[in-house]
Amino acid sequence: MTAGGLLEVADLHVRIGGSHILQGVDLTVAAGGVTALLGRNGAGKTTTIKAILGLVPRTGSVRFDGAELAHLPTHLIVRRGLGYAPEDRGVFTALTVAENLRLAERRGARQRYDLVFELFPELRKRSAQPAGTLSGGQQQMLALGRALLNDNRMLLVDEPTKGLAPRIVTEVAGVLERVASAVPILLVEQNLGLVRRIAGQVVVIDQGRVVHTSPAASLLADTERVRELLGVATRRPEPSAELK
Amino acid sequence: MSTVVLLTLTGLGLGALYFLVAAGLSLIFGLADVLNFAHGVFLSVGAYATWWAAGHVPGAGPDGVGFLVAVAVGMLAGTVVAVVVELLLIRPLYARPIEQVLVTVGLALAGVALLQAYWGADALVFPKPSWTQETTRLLGASVPNDRFVLIGAAVLVLVALLVFLRRTRFGLIVRAGVEDRAMVTALGINVRTAFTLVFAIGGAAAALAGALAGVYYGNVSPGQGTSMLIFAFIVVVIGGMGSVVGSALAAVVVGLVQQFANYYTMAGVGEASVVLLLAVVLLLRPGGLAGRAA
Amino acid sequence: MRRGWIVAVAGVLLLVILPYSTLTLPGLFPGALNSPGTLQLLALCLLFAGFALSYDLLFGQTGLLSFGHALYVAAGSYSANIAVTKLGWSLPAGILLAVVVGVVLPAALGAVALRVQGIAFAMVTLAFAQVGSILVHADPGRLTGGEEGLSLAPAATPGFLAGVANTVNLYWLALAYLVLVAVIVRWAVDSEPGRVWQAIRENERRVTVLGLHPYRFRLLAYVLASLLATLGGVVHLLLQGGSTPQITTSNFTLGLLVMVVLGGLGSRWGAILGGVLYTYLDHRLAALGTWDVIADLPRAVRAPLSEPLFVLGVLFVAVVYFMPGGLAGLPARLRSRLAERSGNA
Repeated sequence: MTAGGLLEVADLHVRIGGSHILQGVDLTVAAGGVTALLGRNGAGKTTTIKAILGLVPRTGSVRFDGAELAHLPTHLIVRRGLGYAPEDRGVFTALTVAENLRLAERRGARQRYDLVFELFPELRKRSAQPAGTLSGGQQQMLALGRALLNDNRMLLVDEPTKGLAPRIVTEVAGVLERVASAVPILLVEQNLGLVRRIAGQVVVIDQGRVVHTSPAASLLADTERVRELLGVATRRPEPSAELK
Repeated sequence: MSTVVLLTLTGLGLGALYFLVAAGLSLIFGLADVLNFAHGVFLSVGAYATWWAAGHVPGAGPDGVGFLVAVAVGMLAGTVVAVVVELLLIRPLYARPIEQVLVTVGLALAGVALLQAYWGADALVFPKPSWTQETTRLLGASVPNDRFVLIGAAVLVLVALLVFLRRTRFGLIVRAGVEDRAMVTALGINVRTAFTLVFAIGGAAAALAGALAGVYYGNVSPGQGTSMLIFAFIVVVIGGMGSVVGSALAAVVVGLVQQFANYYTMAGVGEASVVLLLAVVLLLRPGGLAGRAA
Repeated sequence: MRRGWIVAVAGVLLLVILPYSTLTLPGLFPGALNSPGTLQLLALCLLFAGFALSYDLLFGQTGLLSFGHALYVAAGSYSANIAVTKLGWSLPAGILLAVVVGVVLPAALGAVALRVQGIAFAMVTLAFAQVGSILVHADPGRLTGGEEGLSLAPAATPGFLAGVANTVNLYWLALAYLVLVAVIVRWAVDSEPGRVWQAIRENERRVTVLGLHPYRFRLLAYVLASLLATLGGVVHLLLQGGSTPQITTSNFTLGLLVMVVLGGLGSRWGAILGGVLYTYLDHRLAALGTWDVIADLPRAVRAPLSEPLFVLGVLFVAVVYFMPGGLAGLPARLRSRLAERSGNA
C-alpha cells in the first residue's frame, strides 16, 4: 500500500441487483492537487465515488487522514471533511440558491460564503432564484459552491463539465484549478482536455477494477495507451443481459 | 342555493379532515418512503385519548377551554405513539421499504384490535362543545358550526406547516429530503432525525383529525381511522406525495366531489367519482397535482 | 421435485379421507374430526389457503402489491348470489356469471391500475376495492342486502350441499378448490409467462430490454389471480350460505397479505400454510380468552389476547422482523443455523 495518501481506498466491492460493479478497487488520493478518475462509460467511476461516501452498499476499507470511515453512515463520513458534487449536480430544484447553500452549512464550522461568492458571483446575484430555473452551468457552480462552503479537506467531483457549453467548461476548469491549489480533488472526468490542464495523477478504472495509476502527464503523452484504456475503437462487446 | 352552500361547506369540512390526515402521510411518504398504514391508528388514538381526557383529566371537559385541553391531550397521545412507532419499528427497517409497509399493516391490524379490546367495538358518544351543535345562517343556509371548526383547524394547520417548511432549518431539510434524500445525507445531515420529526407531525395532525372527526360524527369507534385513511391515501396520491399544498388542493377537490356527487345522484357515487378522479389523475399526471414522480 | 409431488399427493389423499376419522383433538378443534363444526373450520382453512395462493401469485410471484384482492372474492360471491337469489337463475348459471365477471372485471380494472406501479398501483387497487365495498353497503336496488348481507336462496342450493349433514361435501368442495388453484398456479408459474412474472418482480428493466412488454404480463397475472379469487368467492358463498360485506373490506385483503407473508412470500407451500394457520387462529383465538390460564390474567392483558386480530397483527410484525422468509423459510434458516453450529464446533 502506498503510504501518505489523504484518502486511501482498499478492496472496495459493490454488488447491486446481481451485478458485481466494483470488484476490488484500490486507490490513493494525495493531499494536494487533482487526481483524475478515468474510464469508459459503465466502468464504475461514479459508483466508486458513491461507494467512498457510503451512498451505495459496499464492502472494503475507506481511510481518510488515517481514520477508517467505512463503517460510518454517509452524513458522518461527509462531516470528516469530504465535499461532494455529484454527476447530476444534485441541486434541490424546489429550493432557492440561498437555501441550497444554507443546507450545506454545518454548525460549529466556518462558512466560507465570501469564498463561494468570490468564485461564483452569479450565485450571489441569483440568491432568491429557485435552483430548478438555473442553467446547467449555474447549477454546476451551485453544486461546487455547496461543496466549498465548509472547510472540506477533499472534494469528490463527478463529471462537472458534462453537458456544458465549451465557454462554461472553461469557466468551470478555471474554478477547479483555483480550488485545487487549496483543496485536493478526486475528479471523475471524460474531458481529457480538462484532465490534461489540471490533473496531477490519473487512475483508470475498467470493469470495476483499477487498471492503471500514473502521473497524468505520462499517460496522456502515450496516445496508444490512452486509446487502449479509454478509446471507443477497441471496445470489447458487453456481456448481454441474461434472464435467470 | 342554500343546498349548494351547505354541500360546499360540508365538502370543505370533510376535505379538512382528509387534509389533516393526508398532510402527515404525504410528508412521511415523500421523505421517508414509508407507506404508513398505521396512520389510521394515530387518528384513532387521538380520538380515544381526547374522549378519555374529556372525562378524566382535570381541567378538561366537553366544553370551552376544557375541550381544547382534551384535544391537546389527544394530539399529544397521537404524537407520542407516532414517534414510538417510528423509533422502535420503522427505523430498524431502514432501506427495506416492503418490510416497512408490512410492519405498518401489522400495526394497523393490531392497533385497531387493541382499541377494540379496551373500549369495545361499538361507537362511543363523543363530547361535543355545545357551540358546535348550533348552526349559523350563511347565504340562506343553516350551516352546522362544526364545519367551521374543521375548516378553521385545517387552515391553521396548513399555515403552520407552511411556516415550518419555509422558515425553519428542519423544514428546509424536509423539503430537500423529499426531493433527494441521498443528497441531503451527502451534505452531512442526519436525515433520520427528520424522519422522526415528520412522523411526529403526522401523528399530531392525524390525532387532531381524530378528535375533530369525533366532533363531526358525534362518536368514536375503532374502525373510524381505517375508513378515513383510505380517502387520505387517495388525497395524497392525487395531490402529489411530499407536497403539503398538493394535499390541501386535492383534499378540497375530493371533499367537494364526494359531497356533490353523493347528493345529486345517490350514495356511493361520490366515492366512485373520487376513485375515478384518482384514476384520471394517475393516467394523466402520475406525479399528482403538485408532487414529484411516484 | 419428485419428492415434492409425492408429498403433495399424499397430503391431498390424507385430507380427502380425513372426514372419515373420528379422532378428537380437544382444544384444537371444537369436536371430532368428522363433526360438522370441525369440518366447517377445516373447509374454511382450505378455502383461504386457496385465496392466499391466488394472492401469492400476484404479490409473491409477480411483485404486484395489491390492496384490493378482496374485491374479486366479493365479486364472485355476490354476483353468483344475486343471480340465484334475486334474479332466480339456476346455480350453474350463477356460477357462470361469476366466472365471466371474474375475467371481465379484473381485465377492465387491471388495465387502468397497471398503468402505474408501486405505491400508486397499491393505492388504486385499494381505492377500487373501497368503491366496491361502499357500493355493497349502499345496497342499490336492494340487491346486495347492505350491512346485513345476502343469504343464498335455499332453493338454489343443490341437495348434496345443503344441510349440516352435508358439511363434509362442502369440505371436499373447498379441498377441490385448493387443489385446482394449486395446480393452475403451479402450471402458470412454470410456464413461459410465469418466468417473465418472476423476472418482472426482480428487475423489470431487464424484461423490457428483451423486447417484452411487462404491462401485458402483469395484466395476465392480475386477471388470472383475480379469476381464481372470484371462483373462491363462489365456494365461499356456498360454504357460508350467503354473502356478507365483510369480504369486501380492506381488512380482508390485509388478512391475505398477512397469510402470504406469514407463510413466506413467493413460496407456494408457504401461502397454503399461511392461509391455513391464519384462518385457524382467527377462528380459534376468540376461544383463547376463555382458557383458565388466560381468564385469570388482569383485564389489561386478557382483553387484547381475546382479539384475534391483535394476536395476528403482533405475530405478523414479529414474522416480518425475525422471520423474513416466513414459515416456509424456516427449514432453510434452521439448516444454515445448524450448519454454522457444526462448522464452528
